[in-house]
Amino acid sequence: MSDRIQDPGAHSPARGGDEKPCVNCGCAERTAKQDARRGFMFRFGAVLLGVGGAIAAVPILGTLLAPARRQASAWVSLGSADAFPAGQTRFATFLSPIRQPTDGDAAKTACWVRCISPGKYQVFAVNCAHLGCPVRWFAQSRLFMCPCHGGAYYEDGSRAAGPPPRGLFEYPWKIDGGNLMIEAGHLPGMEQST
Amino acid sequence: MKPPRVVGMAIDWVEARTGAVAFLAPLLTHHVPRNAKWWYVFGSATLMFFTIQLVTGVCLATLYAPSAAEAWESLRYIDEEVPFGWMLRALHGWSSNAMVVMMAIHMLQVFLHASYKFPRELNWVTGVFLLFTVLALAFTGQVMRWDQDAYWGLGIGASIADRIPVIGNQVRGLLLGGPIIGGETLSRFFALHVFVLPGAALGLIGLHLALIMKNGISEMPKVGATVEPATYRAEYEQRMEKDGVPFYPDAAQRDMVFCGACLVLLVVLAAVYGPFGPGGQPDPTLIDTNPRPDYPFLWIFGAVSLLPPASETAVMLVAPLVGVLALVAVPFFANAGERAPSRRPGMVLIASLAVMAVAALTWEGKTSPWSPVMNAWSALPTPEHFLAGRTPLEVQGANVFQFAQCRNCHSLDGLGGERGPALDAIATRMTPDQLMRQIQQGDGNMPAFGRNLDSAQMTALVSFLSTLRPEFEAPAVIPGAQLPLPVQRMPGEVVTPVAVGSQ
Repeated sequence: MSDRIQDPGAHSPARGGDEKPCVNCGCAERTAKQDARRGFMFRFGAVLLGVGGAIAAVPILGTLLAPARRQASAWVSLGSADAFPAGQTRFATFLSPIRQPTDGDAAKTACWVRCISPGKYQVFAVNCAHLGCPVRWFAQSRLFMCPCHGGAYYEDGSRAAGPPPRGLFEYPWKIDGGNLMIEAGHLPGMEQST
Repeated sequence: MKPPRVVGMAIDWVEARTGAVAFLAPLLTHHVPRNAKWWYVFGSATLMFFTIQLVTGVCLATLYAPSAAEAWESLRYIDEEVPFGWMLRALHGWSSNAMVVMMAIHMLQVFLHASYKFPRELNWVTGVFLLFTVLALAFTGQVMRWDQDAYWGLGIGASIADRIPVIGNQVRGLLLGGPIIGGETLSRFFALHVFVLPGAALGLIGLHLALIMKNGISEMPKVGATVEPATYRAEYEQRMEKDGVPFYPDAAQRDMVFCGACLVLLVVLAAVYGPFGPGGQPDPTLIDTNPRPDYPFLWIFGAVSLLPPASETAVMLVAPLVGVLALVAVPFFANAGERAPSRRPGMVLIASLAVMAVAALTWEGKTSPWSPVMNAWSALPTPEHFLAGRTPLEVQGANVFQFAQCRNCHSLDGLGGERGPALDAIATRMTPDQLMRQIQQGDGNMPAFGRNLDSAQMTALVSFLSTLRPEFEAPAVIPGAQLPLPVQRMPGEVVTPVAVGSQ
């Protein structure tokens, strides 16, 4: 390219409408019309790129942003309701009803079931309302304690001490065919009411 | 010895087609300040550790299974089955911490010497972005371990994101790649850790180095040698031409010695102390765990524990933004004038306070005295001398003290939790009535046990606590009440329990 420009007799690349036709190869002189066409072609290419890019952006942004949408929760069984004696708080585990095939052990979920009286329950998430660490139940002092920052909760889940801004998160529950069912899904969080 | 002619010909051939020599020669021969001595080696060492991270990281990627179901097993496989696999992981882990430390020292040196002033404002800004890129690499790297600390660390990150007003839930979803911490969380962090963040770091490092070449290495600060943007560049170039020394070998020798020493130290640390983790398997139903973040984040862990609860949401969400903005703004706030630390006492004070705050919070995070000792009540027996010569009621109170998990937060003989005060001498500070009130009603950091203990337990507990004082110290009295004569207890002497009201 640059060789040809330096070639004696090749047309000068100077712009403007007053160029002579190229004596060497007879190519047309560079006219304002040609410049306009090149400008149009550039903009045309830009539009094509924009259209193609916009279509390609659908799956790119779609997959990246999909997790922002809240996924529905589902009912899951904690086993026979008889396994939770009245007046006691027991540990229970279940597989997340919204698990994906690649979740492995991470789909296992723990909760604390308090049976207030037969047929009357409270099911707490293990995640501390402060920063999500797993709380443990101490039957002797009837407290939940968190190992991270010292949050503590009473047996009804209300905040007893430490930094938690609220009580423990609770799962909705029902009895279905003798089984204790809870409605579980995404990680418990602040959008839940107490 | 002169290299054979064919080498010269090969170099010429490549040079004619690439211009590599013309590009690289100035990197070696450019003049740097004569007085730029050992202060200037920390950036090179950071780059050296980054190179180690790239090489060991690529090797680890050939062995690691980035799947939530298999990641933890694959790390055990690398540690225990793959020849030298443990050493590879050890190098990657130790070099990661070393890079963060070295980068912090580099940044501190640049800040104290005000090297960020004109025309090097953007050197500093690219450096700040590199700092956050490397910290993000450290956090995502902790997630790669996919153990209990990684799982609950993500839980903490998710809980902080969740506190963002209005869009908290969406931000948390984007962070975790789904509604729970699971397979897509690990895949998302893997993509960040091995593609996005290293790519960003490489680009920023290229920019950082290009700016160093463009603007030159700053001189040692000297009192009175002020930076005047209008004339600085011309004067700097003049001084370099007259008094500068070529980067190679004058400055490069120190970089080489320091980087070499760092690498030897790294290899020794990695070989002696081995890899970090993986800790317990990432099964969230194993809740007997005590999650702790990696070293670079212990100070944040400490800070969120010590913040007053009322302010913590605001601080957790706003402080990072303020921190980034403040760091970026430094060279724009002060880009001319004196560079000598002795003429910038305010800046020296800021740097000192920042270092002390991070160091103190890291120590607090490491020892975390606010965490209850979850097994103290069953693992630490009541020291015998607190039981000798006590009445049956007091011994019963000691039982209550132990089994009501009081030890999880209160120590005796220095053993037990430090969440609440040590109780070795509580009877010198609180009367039985005050003890009763405190236990029943609690306060901000102590649960109220009024509903959790019955009156018999409460009476026994208070009578035991009322015996907790050194032999020759008087028990607490109500201020203004008549001082009783100091009671000296003899060994074996029976003390009548103080009558306490119960509800």
